Parts: sequence; structure tokens; C-alpha cells
Amino acid sequence: MNLSDTTTKQHLVLYLQVHQPRRLRPFRFFDIGSRGEYFDDKQNKEIVERVARQSYLPANAILLKLIKKYPQIKVVFSVSGVAIDQFKEYTPEVLESFRALANTGNVEFLSETDHHSLACMMPGDEFEIQVLDHTAKLHEHFGVRPSVFRNTELIYNDEIGKRVEALGFNGVFIDGVDRVLHGRSPHHLYQHPDQQGLKIFTRNYNLSDDIAFRFAHHGPLTVERYMSWLQGIPAHEDLITLAMDYETFGEHQKQNSGILNFFEGLLKALAKQDRIVMATASEAIMNLKPRDILSVPHYISWADRERDLSAWLGNDMQRDAFDCMVRMERDIKSIDDSDLLERWRWLQTSDHFYYMSTKKNDDGNVHAYFSPYPSPYEAFMNYMNVLNDFSYQVSEHERHPLNNQKAGAIRSEAERRELHVPTWAMNLQNSYEH
Amino acid sequence: MFGWEFPPHISGGLGTACYGLTKSLTKENVEILFVVPKLFGGENLPRVDFIDAGKVPIKINQRKEIITQQIEIPGEERTEVEVSITTIEVESNLSPYRSTSYQSPVLHMESWSYTLDPTTSEVTTEVEVSDTFTHKFSGTYGPDLIEETKRYAEVAAALTRELAFDIIHVHDWMTFPAGIAAQEASGKPLIVHVHSTEFDRSGENIDPRVYNIEKEGVEKSDHILAVSKWTKDILVSRYKIEADKISVAYNGIVPKDLKDLPVIPSIGSHVVTFLGRLTFQKGPFYFVEAARKVLEKFPDAHFIVAGSGDLFPQVVERVAQLKLSSRFHFTGFLKGDNIDKVWSVSSVYVMPSVSEPFGITPLEAIQAGVPVIVSNQSGVAEVMPHAIKVDFWETDVLADAICNVLAYESLSTTLKKNSLNEIKNITWDKVAKKIKNIYHELI
Repeated sequence: MNLSDTTTKQHLVLYLQVHQPRRLRPFRFFDIGSRGEYFDDKQNKEIVERVARQSYLPANAILLKLIKKYPQIKVVFSVSGVAIDQFKEYTPEVLESFRALANTGNVEFLSETDHHSLACMMPGDEFEIQVLDHTAKLHEHFGVRPSVFRNTELIYNDEIGKRVEALGFNGVFIDGVDRVLHGRSPHHLYQHPDQQGLKIFTRNYNLSDDIAFRFAHHGPLTVERYMSWLQGIPAHEDLITLAMDYETFGEHQKQNSGILNFFEGLLKALAKQDRIVMATASEAIMNLKPRDILSVPHYISWADRERDLSAWLGNDMQRDAFDCMVRMERDIKSIDDSDLLERWRWLQTSDHFYYMSTKKNDDGNVHAYFSPYPSPYEAFMNYMNVLNDFSYQVSEHERHPLNNQKAGAIRSEAERRELHVPTWAMNLQNSYEH
Repeated sequence: MFGWEFPPHISGGLGTACYGLTKSLTKENVEILFVVPKLFGGENLPRVDFIDAGKVPIKINQRKEIITQQIEIPGEERTEVEVSITTIEVESNLSPYRSTSYQSPVLHMESWSYTLDPTTSEVTTEVEVSDTFTHKFSGTYGPDLIEETKRYAEVAAALTRELAFDIIHVHDWMTFPAGIAAQEASGKPLIVHVHSTEFDRSGENIDPRVYNIEKEGVEKSDHILAVSKWTKDILVSRYKIEADKISVAYNGIVPKDLKDLPVIPSIGSHVVTFLGRLTFQKGPFYFVEAARKVLEKFPDAHFIVAGSGDLFPQVVERVAQLKLSSRFHFTGFLKGDNIDKVWSVSSVYVMPSVSEPFGITPLEAIQAGVPVIVSNQSGVAEVMPHAIKVDFWETDVLADAICNVLAYESLSTTLKKNSLNEIKNITWDKVAKKIKNIYHELI
């Protein structure tokens, strides 16, 4: 298969999201001031171990086996930093299996915010810091340097696109939201209106959700049926972007539903035909020309029917909790305590705000499925109690400041930059090769 | 339809429920004959015929009854007393309800708990007589209640012979004997509507006679309507009824405009309210216990206890014992405008019920713009996702929830906003549609 062949063919990019938040332990109003532990290590360990057993390990094993047999199989992963850290702590074998996949060269890893946060909504450079943290983490664990970005839950607008491009990325994944595509097909590569270097992948949410949410409803979905849908896409539409949680395979859809067989069967079927070629995001950017400019003036995401920010910042509680967390930034960053800073960032993970959503019906059910709380109100109360206790801790630090703390903070921040800049600078160089 | 009370003369949620349901059923083109023990005047609904049971003539064709009571008192010989002839008013052996001195002279539901005399049994001997007469009903929940339900059943049987109808629908145990009598006399299907059970009202100390009436009613009925899954589960586990025979029909709430609320001067920025009968069922002590804990964090908080009942003196004593009397406000039994006034100053409403078949008060609080915390042991918890829910015995968790609502304004506003929106869906019209379908299945 030579390059000219490939460029004329339909590309399929399959991007799978891997993420596990650090869930909070029950923290009462009466616990405020106790400076207790915030994160439920026991529960988090259990969940990570369970999902590893049901999903990550078996699915990775399938993928590794198939890639060895069919080198034309290509997959894109985004693994959040909070997930990587927890794999390291609780299930090193999962980290090992991702490393093995990385070594095949058939798997691309995307960059995202290290803490799977809403940092893009925060003032200042917290967003950039977290992206660079994640980039460093990917390099440390998988030996890769990402050149394509996905923001938390595919939150995106033109402004975020600019920031992503400025960080040196040449591609970004967004959801193929109708109000953004304005009748255009999601099956093309698009381009940022101002930053020509940033290519945009628009997820086909229908075909993605057919697997992620509707697998069982389809009776269950068969490989043949799904392949017929893919093959029904007109040949001139040159890029099919599918994206979903990796936990779909074995956790959200349990193994007894046949989802893992479907996963294996689909990859095999794709490998055995040559109408559609599987590609990593970087390959697609290299092979395909952007069809059009895609302007996204308002925030979009892949969550809920609204596909905007309302899943995390839709009600008063969510906005209040988020604002309270953001307001701590100054105090925390003026203390040179990396542990405190890290815990504050764990509290930024979008899931905490997702649990507080009071939406109803189908969307509400999805929120409830993911939430460890009986209701959004408990989620809010628990988070706020933790945050208040945390504020209390931080204020105590201020009463006993370290010597030269400001200078220390600035120095350590500079060191971080020092450490990170080469990573993405090199990556920037690589991306211009073609 | 047989009820026990109907607005405007009501003393509990039952009358309100009957009003909401019949009103919406008429919209579904169901014609209703509504029988109550006593009409007090003012009962009015278009297309509903009200029947005063006390005005229904009962024929006694060549029959006369002599009733003797056999009274067994432990340690004494069995005695037989001839109580009455011609069966009209039989002396009740229910003693007056406890602690009447703390409540209004009219016996309302808040006094609802029974004390029994020693076991008695009756022997009836029939004698011939020819006459018509009417029964007298108090239409309240007085000491003669069980006897009134029996007389009510006689009226039901008499009415059944005179009237044409397709279905018999009765509300709570006071009307169950009437329902059974009507069912036997007419052969028409009987629906018993369970708004509360003896286990809700009395915990484990049930009155076996009330229980037996309830059990006979649910057993002989053709179908049962329970006001919640909570109640349905009680009927299945405590009354041994098959789950298939029971449909859950949640209560609705009659819409009311928030703007109509009277406003009184605020008594403080943190006001936590309990509104309900002070009885075992409503869990007032859990409220006091939680209040004690809340005051550790919010020393300026106020606690309103609105309602009366047999636990009133003990609740006051407990509050005094904890030296919290200055933070507590006991209003006694409230009605209408006064309830709205309480809502206008409340930061949060707490219903820590031990067993609440439905619980309309939290919905009324929501309607008045007050966020609510309810126990998981309530039917309303099943229909209201936008309330904080706790187990009634977890006073730590309850106190925690109260503190959170007081502390975080966004929690309070989100609860208010969402719950107010949610109750738009909790309508009697919806319930009536469901019940009409059940009628059709039975006819």
C-alpha cells in the first residue's frame, strides 16, 4: 500500500478515551476544619481495579493481538493524567499494556489536560500548565510526544483552538455538533478559521453513540450491520471520526453483552477490507486536505443533548463550586507546596462538577450512572465541604509561610517550563516535517 | 366513592387528596357519587354528587338486633352486659385518645393513636322489627371511630340498593367496611385506596382492630391503590398482599401561586422548620436531635415546630432539657394562612418521618419556595428528585444536610428552582388518568 493509494481512500480514525477521576470520600459539614483526607483511595482503587479487569486489560490484549496480526489497524488513545497516576498506583499492569501498545507504533496518544479539568475556563495559564504536565507524563510513561490534542470532554471553541495551536499542536478533536457544522458533513478534516496549522476532527456522534450508548438497543449491534453503515458513507467523504469512552468495552457495556467480541470483530473486519483505511490522527492530518474552515464561536462539548458546558456548569451549584475552587488559585500558588497544588488540581477534575448536574431524563440518567452520589445535591455538599476544609488548610499555610515562598513558587514554575518547553518544541518541529 | 372527610372541613391530608382526585376524575368524564359520614356545608365540586351518610334512611325489614357485649377482664369472671336493643348506637369500647389536654377540643388526626380497653366481643341476637332510621355521624376521628365505620358500612349497603354505579372506590380503613358492604350488596368491583396504614401511624404498636379492618379491606378488594411504592411494600410485607394486585398512584398537588403568600417579618436568617403532627410517625425527636447539632455550627439558627399531637409535651421537655428553648418556636396546630406565614420565613423544611405513605407537606413547602429535606422512608421521596434525602435515624446526616443548605446559597437556590419546576409534573390530572384506566380494566 503506497502513499498515493492511501490518500485517495476513506480514512477512519478511532479515538478512545481513558479516564478515571479521583472520587471524594464522604466529607461532612462537621468535618470542615478537621483537615482530613479528601480522596476515597479505597473506592478509587476498587473501581480502577474493576475497570482494569473488565475493560482495559482484556480490550488492550485484543488490540495488541490484532495489531500484531494486522498491522493496518490504527487506534488513537487519550489517557488522562489522573488515570495514568492511578494505574501507576493501583494497576501497573494496565500501564504496562498501554506501553506495549505504544511500542507497536500503531497507536497514537493525544494530549489533554493532566487532571481532566475545566482549566480552559479558568483565567491565566492554568490550562497551558496542565496540558504541558500531561505531555510530560505521556513521555515519561509511554515514550511518546503528542501532536494532536483533545480537551476535556471535547470542550472547544475558536479561542481554545488558538491556545491549543499556540502550544504546538496541529490537530484537535471536537464533536461534530450540528449547529457548528451548519449542514456540512462531519466526514471531513476541517481547519481553524485563524490558525491554519490547526486541523479539526469532527466526531460522528451518531455512529459513535451507536456503539457507546446503543449497542444493546441494536439487539445487540452486529459487526456486519455496523460495517454496512460505515460502507454506506459516500466515498468522497474522506474522514470518519469515531470517538467514545474506552470503558464502553467491558465496563459501560458489560462483557456478557458481547461488546468485546464486537470490538474484536469490528477491528478485524476493518482490517480485512480496503475501502476504508484506519489511521492515526497524525496520519490523517498528513494524508488529507482540510475541506473547509470550521468556526466555533460558542463553547461546544460532547456531553448531553445540549453539547455545551451545561453538563458541568449548568446550574447555580456547579458554577458556585467551580468559582470557589478557582478563587483558591492565588492562595495556593503563593505557597510552595506541590502536594497542596496537586490536590487542588485533583479537585478540578470535571467529574466532580458533572456529578452535580440536575438534568433530567436520558442525560440525567447518564450523569447518575457515573455518579458515586445518590443525588447531585449530595455531590455538591460533599465537594463544598471538602473545598472549605481545603481553604482552611491553605489559610493555615499562609499563617506560617515558608521563607522566600513567592520566589520559590516562581522558581519552581520556571523549572516546570524549562522542563516542558523542549517537549513541545521538538514536537512542533516534527509536525512541520511534511 | 366513600371518603371520610372532604374540604373545606378537613383535618389531614386525606380530604385534600380526595378533593384533588375527584376534581381531576370529573375532567376525565367520570361521574362520582361521593359519600361522607357528615356534610359540614361548603363541600362543592361541579359534577360530583355529595351524599351525607347521616341522612340516608335505612330500612330494617322485620329485623331487630339485641347486642350484648362479653367483656373479659383479666382476673375477673366473664360478664355479659346487655348494651342496647335495636342496634343504633353501640357504646364504644375505644377509650378516648391520649393526651387530649394538649390539643384543640375537636379531635383531629394529630391525636391519632389508640389506647385499648380489655378485649371484648359482641353477640348479636336478631329480633323482628319494622322501621326506617338514620345513623348519626360525627365525621371526625373521635373515640367512636370504629363504631362509626360499622354504621357507615350499613349506610353503604343501603345506598347500594338505591343507586346505580359501576365501581366502588374507598379511601383508607374508615371506609373499608363500607366498601366491603357495598361490594357484597352490589357485586361491583371494589378499589381500596391506601393513603396510610396502621404501621405508618403507630409503628409496631398497632391497634389490632384497625389492622384487621385494613387487612380485610385489602384482601376483599378487587384492586388496591397505594400512594407510593413505600406503601405498596408495606402492603406486601405486612398485609401479605400480592404485589400484582397493587398499583402505585402517587398523590398530586393542586397548583398554587407563589405570589399569594403572606409575608411576615423574618425572625432570623437561618430558620429550619418542622411542620406536621407531633406523633411517632413524623419523627419530631430526630428533628430536635439534628437541631442540637446544627446549633453547634449555626448558633443563631431558629427552629420552628408547627403542629400538635401526643408527643408535644415530650418534645417541649426534650428541647428544654437540651437548653435550646430560646432557639425553638412552637406554634401549635396551624392552618391555611398561618402555614403560609411559616413558609415565608423558613430557610429549609425538614420532614424526618419514620414512615410517611406520601407526605404532601414537602410539596407545599416547595410550592412556597422552601427547599426541603425529607426522609427516605417517605413516598414523596420517590417522586421528588430535587430534595435532599436522608434516613430518619441518621441525625448526623440530617444535621449535615441542614447545615449545607444554610451554608451554601447556591444549593438552596438550585433545590428551590428545580423542585418548583418538578412539582409541575406532580398533578392530580396525571393520577386521575391512571386511575381511570384501572377502572376500565376492572369493569
